Formats: sequence, C-alpha cells, structure tokens
Amino acid sequence: MTILQDAPPAAAAPAVRETMTMAAALNRALADALAEDDRVVVFGEDVGALGGVFRITDGLRARFGEERCFDTPLAEAGIVGTAVGMAMNGLRPVVEMQFDAFAYPALEQIVSHVAKMGNRTRGAMRLPIVIRVPYGGGIGGVEHHCDSSEAYYAHTPGLTVVSPATPQDAYALLRAAMRHPDPVVFLEPKKLYWAKGEVDTSITAELGRAVVVRPGSDVTLIAYGTSVPTALAAAEAAGAEGRSVGVVDVRTLAPFDDATVTDAVRATGRAVVVAEAPGFASVAAEIAARVGERCFSYLEAPVRRVTGFDVPYAPPKLEHHYLPDVDRILDAIDTLYPDEA
Amino acid sequence: MSYTEATVQLLSPQGTLVENDLSAPYLPLIEKLDDAALKDFHRHMVVIRRFDIEAGNLQRQGQLALWIPSLGQEGAQVGSAFAARPQDHIFPAYREHVVGRIRGLDVMKIIEMLRGQSHGGWIPAETGNFHLYTLVIGSQSLHATGYAMGQKFEGADEATMVYFGDGATSQGDVSEALVFGASYQAPIVYFLQNNHWAISVPVDRQSRTPLYLRPSGFGIPGVQIDGNDVLAAYAVTTANLDAARSGQGPRFIEALTYRMGAHTSSDDPTKYREREEEQFWSERDPIARFETYLKSKGADDAFFSEVAAEAEDLAADIRARTFALEAPPASKVFANVYTDPHPGVDAEAAWQAAYEASFDGESA
Ligand SMILES: Cc1ncc(C[n+]2csc(CCOP(=O)(O)OP(=O)(O)O)c2C)c(N)n1
Ligand SMILES: [Mg+2]
Repeated sequence: MTILQDAPPAAAAPAVRETMTMAAALNRALADALAEDDRVVVFGEDVGALGGVFRITDGLRARFGEERCFDTPLAEAGIVGTAVGMAMNGLRPVVEMQFDAFAYPALEQIVSHVAKMGNRTRGAMRLPIVIRVPYGGGIGGVEHHCDSSEAYYAHTPGLTVVSPATPQDAYALLRAAMRHPDPVVFLEPKKLYWAKGEVDTSITAELGRAVVVRPGSDVTLIAYGTSVPTALAAAEAAGAEGRSVGVVDVRTLAPFDDATVTDAVRATGRAVVVAEAPGFASVAAEIAARVGERCFSYLEAPVRRVTGFDVPYAPPKLEHHYLPDVDRILDAIDTLYPDEA
Repeated sequence: MSYTEATVQLLSPQGTLVENDLSAPYLPLIEKLDDAALKDFHRHMVVIRRFDIEAGNLQRQGQLALWIPSLGQEGAQVGSAFAARPQDHIFPAYREHVVGRIRGLDVMKIIEMLRGQSHGGWIPAETGNFHLYTLVIGSQSLHATGYAMGQKFEGADEATMVYFGDGATSQGDVSEALVFGASYQAPIVYFLQNNHWAISVPVDRQSRTPLYLRPSGFGIPGVQIDGNDVLAAYAVTTANLDAARSGQGPRFIEALTYRMGAHTSSDDPTKYREREEEQFWSERDPIARFETYLKSKGADDAFFSEVAAEAEDLAADIRARTFALEAPPASKVFANVYTDPHPGVDAEAAWQAAYEASFDGESA
C-alpha cells in the first residue's frame, strides 16, 4: 500500500525487542510516531493526565506536551470533525474513542466526511486520520462498553479497517496506520489489552495483509481481534482429537486479503469464520461469502460462521452465553464432517 | 473555587440560613416545609450515602461489575427530586440513585444492572416515572425534551426534568435538546450537576464561562445554585418545575457540586486531581451542613440515630439481596429484542438452548 512520501525522515525511535502487553505496544507505537513526526497529534477524552481509561496514552502528555497529546471536550463528533480539519491543515491526528459504542456520535463525521474527503476532492485532499476504537466484549463490561462495531466501518467505502490480535501486530499495524495516507479505523480488542507477547519494533507490517498464524490441513478457522486466541485454542483442542486445524488472522478487515484466505481454505476445503459481532450482515458474513465465491469447488462442506447472536450485546452475567467460545467452534467444525456424525 | 456572585444559596456551609437578594424569592418555599419534610431530606441523603458505600464494597468484593458513586452530590439530587410532582417525568443520567429511590425505585434494580444481570430492567410506569439510566453521555437530554414536547402537545399538567453532567454539556445532543426545548417551549427543566469533573477532565475544558450562562443563548433562563445545599436545590427546582408546568417554557439549573469519590469503581482520581480541591469540597459537604441546620431547629439525637439505623438496615438488606441473586437464564439474552416473534432471533434462541442442553450431564 502507498506510504506518504512527504513524511519527514525524522530521527527514528531506537528499536527495541521486549515482551510487553498489547496496551504497552500501542503506547509505544504512539510514542514512537510522536517522536518521529511532529505532525502527529493525539487527542480524545481523558487521554492527557489520565493517559486514557485503558492507559494507552499513558505518559504521552508528560513526554510530548499539551500541544501533541491533549484532552478534548466530551464530544465525539467534535473530536472526529476537528480531526478532519486538522488533517486538511497538514496534521496527522490520532484520535481515541473511549469505547466502541461511544464512537457512534461521531459516525456522521466518519461516514460522510472522513471516509469521503479524498474521493470528493479527486484525491487532492487525503485525510491521514487514525481513529482508535477499543472494541469488543469478554471483559464483563456494562452496556455500550462491549460492542463489536466493525461492520459499520468495514461497510463504509473509503475507510481502511484494522484489528490486531497480538502485541507485535498492535505495534506494527498502528505504526502502519499512522503512516497511511488515508483514514484508518483502528479497532483495539480490549480483552487482549493485557495479553503479553514479544514486540520487535523494527518489524514493520503492511495494511491489507492477513496472516496464517497456525497451519492446518483439515479445516481453516478465519478470525480477527479477540477471536484469534479463541480460534487458536479451538484449533489446539481439535488437534488433540486428531484434526489438523489452521488459523488465519485477518488483521485488516478492509481492504480484505482474499489471496491469503483463499489459499488457506483451498488447501483444507473446510472453513469456519469466527467473530464476536452479531452474524447478520456482518464482516463474518462478508468473509463467508467471499470464501464461498472463490473456493466453491474446493469446499467439502458449506462455510460456517460462529458469531455473536443477533441481539444486543449481553450484560456481564450473560455474556458467556453470547460469545463464541472454543466449544462452539469445535461444534461448528464437527458439522463440517456430516458423515462422521 | 467555583461559586459565583450569581450562585443561589439558602443554607451556608456552616448550616445557617442565607438571607440575601438571591435567596429572598426562594426562602418562602422553604418556610412552607414542615419538620417532617426537612427530616426526610436528611434521611434520604444519609441513607443513600450508606447505600453508596455498601455498593462500592460489593463491587470491590467482586459482586458488581461496576459501581458509580454519587458521593457528594446528595444535596443536589435529594432537593431536586423532592421538587418534582408525582405526575412529572424524570430522565436521569446514571448517578442519580437517590432520585430513583425517592420516586419509588427499588435501588436493588441499580445493583442488578451494575452487577451485570440486566441492561436496566426497571419500568418507568412502576417507578414514579423515573426513566432508565443512560450511560451514553447526553443522549437522554433529547429523549426528555421529546417527552416534554409530548406533554405540551397533550396539554398535560406535567413537566419533565432531565439530569446530566458538566461533561455532557459539550455533546451536540445537549445543545440540540436546548434548541428543541426552546423552540417548542417544552415544559422541561434541564438539571445540570456540575460536579467539576468528567472522569479526568476538569469542567474548564468544557466551558470557559459558567455553565448557567449557556442556556440564555438558546433563549432559556438559567440559574446557578449551590448544589450542596439541599434547600436551594429543592426551592429553585420547585420554582422552575412550576414555571415549566404552567406553560412558561423550559428552564435550566446549574447545580454546583462535587464528585467526592472516583468517577466509577474503575477510576483513580489521584492521577489527575489535587487533595486540596477535595478538601475544599469536603468542607462544603451537603449532609454535614444540613445536620447542623436540623440540630439548630431542634432535631434530637434520637432522630439521627434512627436515620443511621435505617441506613444500616438498607445496607444490610442490599448486601443480603445481592448475595441471594441468581444468575439470569440464558434465554434472557434473546428476550425483548423485538415485539413480534422474529425468525432469526427465535432460531438462534432455539439453537442456543439445544446446544447448552447438549452439555447436560457431560461434566457429571
Ligand atoms: C458518548 C459517550 N462518550 C464517552 C463516554 C465515557 N464516559 C462515561 S462518563 C464520562 C464523563 C461524564 O462526565 P459528566 O457528564 O460531567 O458526568 P459525571 O460522570 O461527572 O456525572 C465519560 C467520558 C460515554 N459514556 N458516552
Ligand atoms: Mg461531571
């Protein structure tokens, strides 16, 4: 994908290789971008002194000053709308939406302006904005704090939509998103914020690329965000029962990496898409359709989806009934082998 | 720190009545209150503070997913709640536990919601027209305005009151609510609790001028009160609700108060605010000053111990009922999404029930 060529080659942050949480990796990505490019500004609700309710911006205001990392009034449409103007004026805004459902007041700005400005100006006015959204459930959060809102963004032409599943990808993909010429909705699976992994900051990632995170010859699980570790656990469990199950981490939901996913599914002939969002008209539905179109003659069974139900996200005491888990994935895998039933 | 020359105060932090030009129009409303009514103000403030502490303990013990304390805001809430008439409708934000209690809500419903059993679950028609909490900042201001427009269209002898915070005043929804309320002269009182913080963001990030001035630009009269003065909250809200109910259009009250605790159980205020500020406000505590006032009017120790006992009883009762709560059934996930049977949801519910049943006996 294109990288803005006019980015100043400011002093690159020294590379590190360490085990850290996804939250720390995101924090480091923001800090490195702020250090390297003085057009980057980070703002949102509570991102300053507090460092964000998830501490993703911890220490940034102290290190880079109030002009580079600042608290805004409590208004998401205002945050995103002013980011549009700042981007028009040459800045590279990285904004934080406090929770998935609290980005909805900004949806008009995102859908009608962020996503379309490049198109309306015949490419003359690109908007390099990153909208960070902590998303998804599994954290015992009360209502409006657990939505999987990716479909709204993925359905909007003009937006690039990313969701990492590991600290390494969180770092590298957020760096790539901040270098991207066009707006990126960066969905952070909040359940994985505190999961640890090794991060090498010299490794770069490209937007638009899925990755096979576990090879397998019988079944392919396709997942993103929080569902990736769940899919890996299911693949492990299926392996113990003698089935070789691979996992693809989609990483960029839009544009979608058909090549990687298609190759993986053609090799196994069986696919299950796993995602937390309600399944109807979802990203999982889109993936299943694309796999069906491209892999029909390779398939041994219809593509299955294991998703959230088509109901409002369940309250904490009920969310385990709602969320896709290892057993539901294993159950779906079994249905791909009707003859063995 | 934030009181202005316009702040209406009827009871000083020292617990004495304030007689000045600002208080003069409202004092007669206080004179009409009998001792029992005044004692009820106190009772509710004390009991809810004890409830709040108990709920915080339950959260720390893992019984609740989240707790949202109202510590410090009891004066604004109790006073304004008692100003409403039974037929009025109340749209809270999410911190107005005592307003709900005064309207007849069993506060156990709030516990259930923040334990994670439900998304609200009370029915306004059964809870004195106290509507559901709205966690999305500011949205309820439009719902309340629309409700009040309906009251006006029907010519009902009713008004609506909506609660929101200083942070909420920045949301487009709240400005739009003021536009609609003014345009249709809806019978509504906008009750802003300026507790000085929106999580970690101080109120001066939301507004450079005192917030009671904002509504005047919309054509709505605004007044600022000492929100830690339950008498001011009662009298000023009564006058404004009466004005709204009698066809004089919307009103706006800014109650200056302070969020004495954390934003929620997930928050740590030491990261962003100073001890001196907390000290300043604890010297202006709504309960302490009212206790002094009641004593000066002759309330005896028996009364205060009776209130303390009632507070303990409620805390014990809430605790016991929380421990007795059973996990809601999985079927609740699928309930009430649509009015009519829905083929997609019904099929999922059936699948889910059969799926979970398939595990029965497996672990035995
Ligand atoms: C639309 C929206 N954005 C962000 C949040 C996250 N949030 C919850 S409470 C809060 C601060 C609210 O401040 P204020 O309106 O002053 O009310 P207070 O909590 O002080 O009572 C924020 C930002 C939210 N709930 N809704
Ligand atoms: Mg506030």
